[in-house]
Amino acid sequence: MREAKFRALLEAEEKVESTDWMPEEYRQTLIRQIAQHAHSEIIGMQPEGNWISRAPSLRRKAILIAKVQDEAGHGLYLYSAAETLGVNRDQLMELLHSGKQKYSSIFNYPTLSWADMGAIGWLVDGAAITNQVMLKRCSYGPYARAMVKICLEESFHQRQGYEIMLTLCNGSAEQKAMAQDSLDRWWWPSLMMFGPHDSESTHTEQSMEWKIKRVSNDELRQQFVDMTVPQADYLGLQIPDPDLAWNEERGHYDFGPIDWDEFWAVVKGHGPMNRDRIEHKRKAWDDGAWVRQAAAVSSAVAGSA
Amino acid sequence: MNVLGFADDNLILAQRLSEWVAAAPDLELDIAVANIALDHLGVARALLTHFGDLEGKGRTEDDLAMFRSERELTNLLICEQPNGDFGQTIARQLLFDSYQVGLWEKLAGSPDEVLAAVASKALLEARYHWQHSATWTERLGRGTEESNRRMQSGLVALARYVDEMFDEHQDLRRGFDERLTPVLDESRLVLPKDPFPRRGGRRGMHTEHLGHLLAKMQSLARAYPGVQW
Amino acid sequence: MTYSVPQVAGEAESKVTGTETDGVWPLWEVFIRQKRGLAHVHAGSLHAPDADSALLAARDVYTRRVEGVSIWVVASTEIVASDPDEAPAFFEAIEKPYRHATHYDIPDEVGQM
Repeated sequence: MREAKFRALLEAEEKVESTDWMPEEYRQTLIRQIAQHAHSEIIGMQPEGNWISRAPSLRRKAILIAKVQDEAGHGLYLYSAAETLGVNRDQLMELLHSGKQKYSSIFNYPTLSWADMGAIGWLVDGAAITNQVMLKRCSYGPYARAMVKICLEESFHQRQGYEIMLTLCNGSAEQKAMAQDSLDRWWWPSLMMFGPHDSESTHTEQSMEWKIKRVSNDELRQQFVDMTVPQADYLGLQIPDPDLAWNEERGHYDFGPIDWDEFWAVVKGHGPMNRDRIEHKRKAWDDGAWVRQAAAVSSAVAGSA
Repeated sequence: MNVLGFADDNLILAQRLSEWVAAAPDLELDIAVANIALDHLGVARALLTHFGDLEGKGRTEDDLAMFRSERELTNLLICEQPNGDFGQTIARQLLFDSYQVGLWEKLAGSPDEVLAAVASKALLEARYHWQHSATWTERLGRGTEESNRRMQSGLVALARYVDEMFDEHQDLRRGFDERLTPVLDESRLVLPKDPFPRRGGRRGMHTEHLGHLLAKMQSLARAYPGVQW
Repeated sequence: MTYSVPQVAGEAESKVTGTETDGVWPLWEVFIRQKRGLAHVHAGSLHAPDADSALLAARDVYTRRVEGVSIWVVASTEIVASDPDEAPAFFEAIEKPYRHATHYDIPDEVGQM
């Protein structure tokens, strides 16, 4: 009966709300996915935060702070969405710190030049937007609503990234080389952001049936490549893939094979920055423990007054 | 009026505050601190541009921010002090906010119309900053034994930089005390009087901290001078 | 951003169940009035130790692009909600067709009403 009602909601393209009955596996899948999405926003603050102090102009500094701040905001919206499923944020933090919940592997690569601020906005946020536009149609109401807000805010992220790339490409030879080097390093990891091939993806089928996920990994990846190649051409940059070619018959770009060994190594925690990212996060959390504790005490006092 | 000095205060403080981004005790605080940093950075940019106009040598906000050395920066020493722990940061912000609210109130009536306009807008922001630092001071002061101790150590470490804020504006001292004292009383904290105050920021006589801050802040701009970013 | 984080073969999936919330800052619901003349609308939630800081945090978190002129915060625990399973009884039973303008036939000649 309850199960039938839940199915009927999905069937009718209506949103499931936190107070509705839902299968336990649906709930767990959502908690896991929303938490990992939130963790990705939070860990994603670090690679860009790495350049705030060194931003080359005050305008760029302001933009970068605002962008990283937005990411904290997005993490917060998402943790709130997860909390509607009966978990609390501290639990999720704990799972992140202990490595039991993951975040997008893209953030396990280092930011080695200013151009990386451009490449992250253009490619990483571009890939993210492709995915998030789909998630606005997710069957779980609080998640879908968080996505609407996030997508609105994120269009600025991608545009500012592309503008950085454009400025570098129109600048000195050194600046252009910086931009090319950055594209070389971020291109493949960006394609990996969409996850394994559909045939290898353990969650895809069930998530599609529950309408949590609406478009498959490979389709999203193709959308992203098709969108990005002309943008790279406009910049006059070379995408580091000798197999990249327009396929008239398919109406899409063909592209070369992804290095799945590297992908799984990073997912399993062996990427260049996995340890550093978690270490930084855990240290900030531990260093702040006394602040949170003090505030909780004063909150309890205020509550009893 | 010392437009460049006011610009530098906000520039250096924004730089310091932005070091908290992605490292604050909680998400909500991360967002709040970033907001305050952005406010100060906005004021710095407006005033640096204004100074460049007044100076008439064609220097832009970035020329002034990225291509002056330690001895040419004129910020107050308190602005360049390291963040320390969160208690020390809040102590620095409370002291500076308590001063800056009064400063903007005064400068909002400046005959320099650009400065007055910046001050009027900044005053609204500064009142919010003050509310934030005062709220957190009370929370930490009255929280746990540890949080009270850390807040108090922050105030002790920064006490020697307080007098300098009033060298050019003795008239702001009273308002400062009126804003600060009730908050500290309420928070079971005291601002000790340091018998050996340090001063000289306005003349480019800084603490050693500023050089390191600038080395980082200016590194990229100086490595590739004369290009667009 | 997102993020399909894949499952590593042989690794257990994390399961989370609700636990005690002692020591965790309470949750607050945030309502924002976008501009004068409009109602406050639910924008989301956040954690804060008390009402004052909830209000400050709401300003920072939910109005970074000047989305509002007024904010309400309400402790989440103070909200009393209707039961979704009772929704039909609760809402549909109240329906009276004659409350709707379209229930009445007015000749076209009478004009807009």
